Amino acid sequence: MINYIIRRILYAIPILIGVNLLTFALFFVVNTPDNMARIHLGVKHVTPEAIAKWKHERGYDKPLIWNSAAQGAKQASDTIFFEKSVGMFAFDFGRSDEGRDIAHDIKTRMWPSLAIALPVFVVGLAVNIAFAMLMAFFRATYIDLSGVVLCVAMMSISGLFYIIGGQYLVSKLLHLTPISGFDAGSNALKFIILPVVIGVVGGIGSGARWYRTIFLEETSRDYVRTARAKGLSELSVLFGHVLKNAMIPILTGAVVVIPLLFMGSLISESFFGIPGLGSYTIDAINAQDFAIVRAMVFLGSVLYIVGLILTDISYTLVDPRIRLE
Amino acid sequence: MKFSLIYALLAVLLAACGAPPWNSPYPVADEGGNIAYSSFAERPKHLDPAQSYSSNEITFTGQIYEPPLQYHYLKRPYTLIPLSATELPKPLFLDAQGKPLPADSAAEKVAFSVYEIRIKPGARYQPHPAFARDAQGRYLYHDLKPEDLAKVYKLADFPQTGTRELEAADYVHQIKRLAHPRLNSPIFGMMGEYIVGLKEYAKILDNAQKSLPPGARLDLTRYPLAGVEVVDRHTYRVKLKGKYPQFLYWLAMPFFAPVPPEADRFYGQPGMAEKNLTLDWYPVGTGPYMLTVNDPNRRMVLERNPNFHGEAYPTEGEPGDAAAGLLKDAGKPLPFIDKAVFSLEKESIPYWNKFLQGYYDASGISSDSFDQAVRVATQGEADVTDMMKEKGIRLQTTVTATNYYYGFNMLDPVVGGFSEQAKKLRQAVSIAIDYEEFISIFANGRGIPAQGPLPPGIFGAHEGEQGINPYIYDWVAGKPKRKPIEYAKKLLAEAGYPGGRDEKTGKPLMLYLDITATGPDDKARLDWIRKQFQAVDLQLVVRNTDYNRFQDKIRKGNAQIFHWGWNADYPDPENFLFLLYGPNARVKGEGENSANYDNPEFNHLFERMKNMDNGPERQKIIDEMLAIARNDAPWIWGFHPKQYSLFHAWYKNVKPNLMANNGLKYVRIDAGLRTKKQREWNEPVLWPLGLLAAVLVAVLVPAVAAYRRKERQAAR
Repeated sequence: MINYIIRRILYAIPILIGVNLLTFALFFVVNTPDNMARIHLGVKHVTPEAIAKWKHERGYDKPLIWNSAAQGAKQASDTIFFEKSVGMFAFDFGRSDEGRDIAHDIKTRMWPSLAIALPVFVVGLAVNIAFAMLMAFFRATYIDLSGVVLCVAMMSISGLFYIIGGQYLVSKLLHLTPISGFDAGSNALKFIILPVVIGVVGGIGSGARWYRTIFLEETSRDYVRTARAKGLSELSVLFGHVLKNAMIPILTGAVVVIPLLFMGSLISESFFGIPGLGSYTIDAINAQDFAIVRAMVFLGSVLYIVGLILTDISYTLVDPRIRLE
Repeated sequence: MKFSLIYALLAVLLAACGAPPWNSPYPVADEGGNIAYSSFAERPKHLDPAQSYSSNEITFTGQIYEPPLQYHYLKRPYTLIPLSATELPKPLFLDAQGKPLPADSAAEKVAFSVYEIRIKPGARYQPHPAFARDAQGRYLYHDLKPEDLAKVYKLADFPQTGTRELEAADYVHQIKRLAHPRLNSPIFGMMGEYIVGLKEYAKILDNAQKSLPPGARLDLTRYPLAGVEVVDRHTYRVKLKGKYPQFLYWLAMPFFAPVPPEADRFYGQPGMAEKNLTLDWYPVGTGPYMLTVNDPNRRMVLERNPNFHGEAYPTEGEPGDAAAGLLKDAGKPLPFIDKAVFSLEKESIPYWNKFLQGYYDASGISSDSFDQAVRVATQGEADVTDMMKEKGIRLQTTVTATNYYYGFNMLDPVVGGFSEQAKKLRQAVSIAIDYEEFISIFANGRGIPAQGPLPPGIFGAHEGEQGINPYIYDWVAGKPKRKPIEYAKKLLAEAGYPGGRDEKTGKPLMLYLDITATGPDDKARLDWIRKQFQAVDLQLVVRNTDYNRFQDKIRKGNAQIFHWGWNADYPDPENFLFLLYGPNARVKGEGENSANYDNPEFNHLFERMKNMDNGPERQKIIDEMLAIARNDAPWIWGFHPKQYSLFHAWYKNVKPNLMANNGLKYVRIDAGLRTKKQREWNEPVLWPLGLLAAVLVAVLVPAVAAYRRKERQAAR
């Protein structure tokens, strides 16, 4: 397995270089270093000298990807692309174009994101599985039918509606939790409840329906019939056998997102005033802060690759037949 | 056992009756505190007074830093008064040989203006580690080693703080900082044209910086600046090129606030910037408040500066202020509020709901909530709705010193130039675009159509018939009336485009509008503007583009018609009319004149007007300039937005002041009333939770019964 993981990590390097190159190309197709300088220096009284100075200080006065004026290896290394990319492979994200320490920002902002995303993930997974099990247990009954209709209805509703509707109902009409905001430590609890409840409820439709399909497929298999024939209770059949055998598709969808939980959710954090990483990238794109954009895209790619590797590893844990070689 | 449970429940309920509302976003300990609650939608980029320029930044820096002058809080028109200065400085004019000239000298004779500014003694800086000293008087934190910073993540991690008296040298230091090569002060370019030696000083600093090892601090105290000098401990002098009366307005902005060299020395140490410990993040001032929490992803907190030198609430205002209760606190010591908490609120819906719940003291009004908040009477008077009145919320409106307009690129071969044809075409389009309708539809009536570049209330702008643009409006029944569309068509015909077609080629005239329309409301606006052009048989092609390309087009003069805006720096006509001054043209001079309007007569008048004191002679020149500009019509003059603000009953001493940025110190909060109202408006409603539980049980009971039945069946 170690060899497999090392191989996967080595495969990741060209992928990350490619992602980095693509991010760089897309960003600089839309923005020029002059545009970036103007955005950062403000709208009023911006002189060409100030723009030139801003670019020079941040290394944006160099050629984008190839320095034909330089000699030897410097033709590739004395460029914006090389200088802004090489540090990231050592996870040195450097400073934002405004001068802030990006690593510090990420460290500070990932915890509030995690405070919302982790409970939503864990509770959501549990609720979705339980609801799907319920529907599978009562398959082809009014409970199953009502559940499916409910799931389809809930899937059809926009996530934004859950947020605004939840805020209106719980905070504005019932006055039970703050509409938005965040605090440190245990004081954060009252701010987390509503986004977590909304996150869980908003995900039930698609999640439960997907898991129901998986469970129904499993319940039609021979080993389930055998288990029932042995006289096992339906709960034992479902939780002791069906759930175990349905773990592969569940893990495929679930484990890959675990590392990405750090990245937060843009809309949810925006509406609930959560100071997480959700809006960090979008704010940086709006502010044309390339340093943050490249760092966040890189981090996102790394976390996604980590998620895929973890998924592979998790297969070996739930299915002894699988070996990573 | 049963009784003890009941008692416990009762105790919880009774405790809940006296507890703060469950939906309060603030800590329980802060309830009833003398705290102002506000919000911000976008985090301030800069808090360094050399860099900070945006209004969302000045909200903070204005309360922390004290420049020499400030605007009187209540008086209108806006009046400058001393803040840290002892009096308004009067310039001494010198000729080219350095000989003094009389105070009423003509601008062309004045080679230099010298402003001598004396500051009030005794003001002290907020507590700050940059001033902390040991028993021997040595600075504690000016020679920090990497290990000293190992456990430091924020300013509060330095256990010791100190202070010292404000000195004239601190103001001089800040003026030097405007030329600092790493700060990129937005006003350096402009001030370099006026402050003697500032441009050259920037070059000296640039060379000095290059000679230093990377990351080393540039010590400005070692480099004198020719045009700025310390006279004595509490007096300094600024020497300007020529006559520039608007300099006084700049002296009321944080750009000219004092910065102690100790702060630069403290923050300039290796390892500080890497931890975001910079003056840009943690300001150091002498003002009534200091920034104690700077977490712009969540909240920013200003707290009373314990070393504040003291100031009194104004004792006079304009007529009506006393009746409005704005002079009740006359003469009382400032500031009134202990703390101001600004929470990040990116979305308008939660922000508005929290205002209605009493968790924000004041609010603007978005289009979505306008109808809920404001009722416009048939006479056009705006007032709050009954629902707002019940809550004691009051409305204040004021016309902003802002212009939103459509500009014609005067370099464009079709709409530009000074030919009679081109003028008539621009005038016809200006008539066709019905700004009264625009304001009514898209701004909920919050604005007034512009009659020229000067907003009302700015010196030079006339009220009534005298103030209308005669090329666009007629004065009918005591108010301006837009000229009829037939008249616009007639002008168009005279311009060579009868029926919207070029009379030479017979082809329809196609005009192009460059715009950055990205929001969901923009489509309606664009449809509306197309309709306005169609009314005079003109075809409008909208070229929607992203912000960068739009800026490029404007810079290169490739746009034909474009949408633009201007927010005044200070309440002087020069700050508006320079937008039409030829040498400021965007293409030629990289200035703020985006229309590239360059009328020699206008330019000449502007050069005379800009350095004059307000008075009849200046008014006469402005009148001439306005007449020229209105005739040339380089802009479709657009409108001046009206600011609508809502305030809760507990928020006192509020008077909109669009120029002053240090208004927090005047505001008073009735915290008792706020607490009472917050509790009244936010009592938790629990019965739906019981209902929800009952529904769940009602659903689950048959399910469980069915499960048991099924299990029993399986057992058989």
